[in-house]
Amino acid sequence: MKIVVAIKQVPDRDAPVRIAANAKWIEERELQWAMNEPDAYALEEALQLKEKHGGEVIVLSAGPERVGSTIREALAKGADRAIHIVCDDLGARDALGVARLLAEAIKPENPDLVLTGLQSEDLGLGQTGVILAELLGLPHATLILHVEKTDAGLKVKRELEEGWYQSIEMPLPAVLTMQSGGNKLRYATLMGIKRAKTKELRAVNAAELGVETAPVVTLEQIAAPKKQKSTQMLGGSATEAAAALVEKLKTEARVL
Amino acid sequence: MSGILVVEEARRDGSARIFQETLAAGRKLASLTGLPLEAAAVGEPNKNIFLQISGPPPAAGHAIRHPLLETYTADGYVLAFEQLIRKLEPAYVLFPHSYQVRDFVPQLAAKFGQVLIGDVTAIADGPLFERQLFQGRMNATYRHEGNGPCFISIQNGAFRADAASGGTMQIAEFIPEIEPAQIRTKPGEPFRESAQTIDLGSAQRIVSVGRGIKEEANMPMIAALALALNAELAASRPICDNGWMPMERQVGSSGQTVAPKLYLAVGISGAIQHLVGMKGSQCIVAINKDPDAPIFEVADYGIVGDLFEVVPALTEAVRAAKG
Repeated sequence: MKIVVAIKQVPDRDAPVRIAANAKWIEERELQWAMNEPDAYALEEALQLKEKHGGEVIVLSAGPERVGSTIREALAKGADRAIHIVCDDLGARDALGVARLLAEAIKPENPDLVLTGLQSEDLGLGQTGVILAELLGLPHATLILHVEKTDAGLKVKRELEEGWYQSIEMPLPAVLTMQSGGNKLRYATLMGIKRAKTKELRAVNAAELGVETAPVVTLEQIAAPKKQKSTQMLGGSATEAAAALVEKLKTEARVL
Repeated sequence: MSGILVVEEARRDGSARIFQETLAAGRKLASLTGLPLEAAAVGEPNKNIFLQISGPPPAAGHAIRHPLLETYTADGYVLAFEQLIRKLEPAYVLFPHSYQVRDFVPQLAAKFGQVLIGDVTAIADGPLFERQLFQGRMNATYRHEGNGPCFISIQNGAFRADAASGGTMQIAEFIPEIEPAQIRTKPGEPFRESAQTIDLGSAQRIVSVGRGIKEEANMPMIAALALALNAELAASRPICDNGWMPMERQVGSSGQTVAPKLYLAVGISGAIQHLVGMKGSQCIVAINKDPDAPIFEVADYGIVGDLFEVVPALTEAVRAAKG
């Protein structure tokens, strides 16, 4: 199976986010970056499918030069080669604009399967995979925990709400967006990291893909969230804070 | 119609709450734009879909009927709603932000060259649509540019359903053209993994743990606190993904919804997927090393600190208080 995995580089979960001066985005300098976790699950599923059925895993990512480190990480984990859509204005494009870039890069590859995470940890739009399916003219399924190859195509396990699941059968080629938790994520081995350096990483300039860039949805501004409750913060040492909390829970909240 | 079309989704438990909330969001948008409100749903016009409207009824209802829509598929729903929207030409189409909506509406919007503004928590003059970024650590306002229908999905619990009982409205049937060959996926019946044995929904006290716990080896510390408090154990999704807690103890949009007297969140940052499952708790306590963690936005009491120091101290203090 030839599998394309679309991955995104996002700010590291533990990195503090600060609003940029123009209030349109966060301050990106000095940020630490990481692979979007749901995309890491998509990559894991792709690698496992390849181990079972053979084929090729191609990672695809759009973004500025720094995205290269996340692509190398995917190669080190076992992807065979990579395509980097070099794009410095990713944030100025909406979900459709980004999906158009990815779709143009995917088309010449003619993959059997396209995988991506169900959503990104920064924008949380959860749309890229579904729009990709539309642009590629392929069937799709979202929130997938498990993928099984069948004679007719695929049988996938989809998560529904409140602890319910569903199996879906579908033909190939197809697009799936992966939910977290279906597999255990692997780490890159030292050997993998060494090998990654020799693997093909093709850079494509976003402008060469010739897609519409004018967004239909624009981000007006960002702000820190408003508090929904007035929180009593309990300070002091751990022991003092713990004692103060127990007192509050007993006498004020009356829940102990 | 050039109005606002609010779409209902049939829920497994028959609840109309998220529809009523989406309707409330629609009324807010109607008051800002002066546009009329209409409703649409897949199903029979005389079945319960339109009977659970609370508050003033929309100007009209559209019951979308087709044998190929009896079981949900993205292909079927995209075809049906594309045809209805081309016929009605609404300026806005509002959906509840459900898993099903996430599955087909981005594709539907793309058919119109549009992008869904998803998981909207507030609507302001402009209109501007508010949604969260960075797992709830930032709020963003979005604007729709240019022509074509604007697709919106409304976050569960963000708008308050009108409590008044609703009136009736004119309901028209809409029969889309769908061929069996256009449905490319074959969905199976929904199932549960195992009989759910733990009902966190009725727990009085819950101690819930998140990524901050770092390693499985640290989990007994949380269990000790729960034991001292006589509380049930719960976790955010990543902990269950790692297998450190059974999936059935997961709180949030993909797990259980809880409303205990005391919800003690340890090392949980408070992404919206978690908050929707617990923000109805009577008293919320958050322990987190990050003072900007969104969990503090809903907490009654907060301790900013190292949970590996605070949790053992708290366990001791609870034991001491019980004598």
